Amino acid sequence: MESVTKRYPDGTVAVDRLSLEIPDRSITVLVGPSGCGKTTTLRMINRMVEPTEGTILLDGADLQRQPVTTLRRSMGYVIQNAGLFQHRTIIDNIATVPRMIGWGKQKSRERAAELMERVGLDASLGKRYPYQLSGGQQQRVGVARALAADPPVLLMDEPFSAVDPVVRKGLQDELLRIQEELGKTIVFVTHDIDEAIKLGTMVAVMRTGGRLAQFAPPAELLSNPADDFVEDFLGADRGIRRLSFFPSAGLELTSDRVVGVDATAEQLAAPDAPHLLVTDAEGRPLGWAEPRALTAGDIAVEGLLSYGRPFVPGTDSLRAALDCAVLSPTGWAVAVDADGRVAGVVSQQTIGEAIRTAHGAGDTGDAQAGDAPQAESAGVTKVGP
Amino acid sequence: MNVLSFVNAFFSDSAHWHGYDGIPQRLLEHVQYTLMALGLAAAIGLPLGLLTGHTGRGGNAVAFVATAARALPSFGLLVLIAVVVGIGLLPVMVPLVVLAVPPILVTTYEAVRSVDPSPVDAARGMGMHETSILLRVELPVALPLVLSGLRSAAIQVVSTATIAAYVSLGGIGRYIIDGLYQRDYEKVVGGATLVALLALVTLAVFWAAERLAVSPGVRRR
Ligand SMILES: Nc1ncnc2c1ncn2[C@@H]1O[C@H](COP(=O)(O)OP(=O)(O)OP(=O)(O)O)[C@@H](O)[C@H]1O
Ligand SMILES: [Mg+2]
Repeated sequence: MESVTKRYPDGTVAVDRLSLEIPDRSITVLVGPSGCGKTTTLRMINRMVEPTEGTILLDGADLQRQPVTTLRRSMGYVIQNAGLFQHRTIIDNIATVPRMIGWGKQKSRERAAELMERVGLDASLGKRYPYQLSGGQQQRVGVARALAADPPVLLMDEPFSAVDPVVRKGLQDELLRIQEELGKTIVFVTHDIDEAIKLGTMVAVMRTGGRLAQFAPPAELLSNPADDFVEDFLGADRGIRRLSFFPSAGLELTSDRVVGVDATAEQLAAPDAPHLLVTDAEGRPLGWAEPRALTAGDIAVEGLLSYGRPFVPGTDSLRAALDCAVLSPTGWAVAVDADGRVAGVVSQQTIGEAIRTAHGAGDTGDAQAGDAPQAESAGVTKVGP
Repeated sequence: MNVLSFVNAFFSDSAHWHGYDGIPQRLLEHVQYTLMALGLAAAIGLPLGLLTGHTGRGGNAVAFVATAARALPSFGLLVLIAVVVGIGLLPVMVPLVVLAVPPILVTTYEAVRSVDPSPVDAARGMGMHETSILLRVELPVALPLVLSGLRSAAIQVVSTATIAAYVSLGGIGRYIIDGLYQRDYEKVVGGATLVALLALVTLAVFWAAERLAVSPGVRRR
């Protein structure tokens, strides 16, 4: 988009000299307060709204060059509150575009059934009508319908706004999975900054009056908000949220505070620590205890302190690790491998140091540097991603 | 004699069931006038209503035409046209069509206007042509209302088609007018009963049409 302006006939300037380069095969999120021109911007991409000034190029060619119906058929469009055809069954709703572009009935329906599965809708819903579906299910149908003819571009306008947080999270995860599998170019509108940060490869923050406030990857948005408006919009806990972008894989775990339930008196006496983590015979965590409360050969599992929620280095972020440490009664977070066996423990202090290093390094890429190979010293386990 | 015995006498008289003035023949004529008038009115009212409803333009014109048409008395129109062009089908058809167009036009316009705009937006966004949007997205949802407009037009035409008898045409109106003239009240009541029955049949036809044509997703049953 090159310096695009939209002025509605009544004089409202919905979008003001907006320039954006939307990258291919990734999710670009438009976010901003209500009325800032997100929908207008999105609708200029499929020419549901024509810009007053400026040009929009698609793969280098002016959008105006091709017939508007051809353009729209190459872009899936998910409107807010789904907009399903209430006189058609779910299957036929999803099959609309394939039918329109001349696929056979059978092939279209097969495709629709395939998409229902992809967006996590039970096949038995196919014969129902939209009014027989919940809001979340309808929104999934809206997404499936937009994907049906396999368009390279997907435009989504607050597609998950009408559902509860749990369903919303599920739909977001599905979208990320779909994007990863199919490599679509997605432009996604939301007014929810958390959704923007979770989904966006690039996030465009817009301010009232239709102006671009900042266009950056989410991690950069959190570390370097362009101005007070963006900082305000990101909310108070952006420091904490930013930790989501740092891997916990680089954390130095220690295993000298970990003892088996069958530990010998010697093992129990060895570490100079206020608390020890007791594991079962398979290495799964049981709980924390003070060393003098433990008797070798007779460790009472019932008397142990809860170990909280463990984190998985390599898949979880620093935010998850910090959360575990904060929730742990001893201030130490428990790291487990994919099978739930203890990989080591890490203190709030160590996590704090890792956070400082990561923040200092500036962005996600450099933060990974903390992950560099390191000599494995006695008692220190290094867990790779 | 009360009304019921008139009805009984009229329908049990076997002479009323044969010939050019028999009930089958008069019913057939009546149904023909009705279908013809309704067909013409639908041919005018439906496309106009769909188009104005879809574009949202011409709403005031629709309202004006409808009010003006309603203000015209059917019988006056019949006499006027009969005087100008003489006796025949035309003086009958004009008032019936004028009577039937407003309910069809106005309800169709309102029906399309009241369709939820978001599916229409979605359809346009997926590159559907305007004609398809109107016929495949708006009309199926507007159909119950459109049918109700056609139904009230049909009911009005069925009862008003009796005026055909004034210009020497047939139809059930014959019984009523001839009966009044001949002071044969059996005939008058019998004719009125037939009109009422025909109106009921019309209702039944529309009920069946609605069951068949309206998607369960719109009926919500
Ligand atoms: N058809 C229209 N005619 C006139 N003004 C309009 C029209 N559509 C939108 N606007 C105005 O343009 C501005 C931007 O609208 P837009 O719908 O793009 O906002 P948005 O960012 O999508 O808001 P929301 O988060 O509430 O959906 C608003 O001030 C709105 O009132
Ligand atoms: Mg919007």
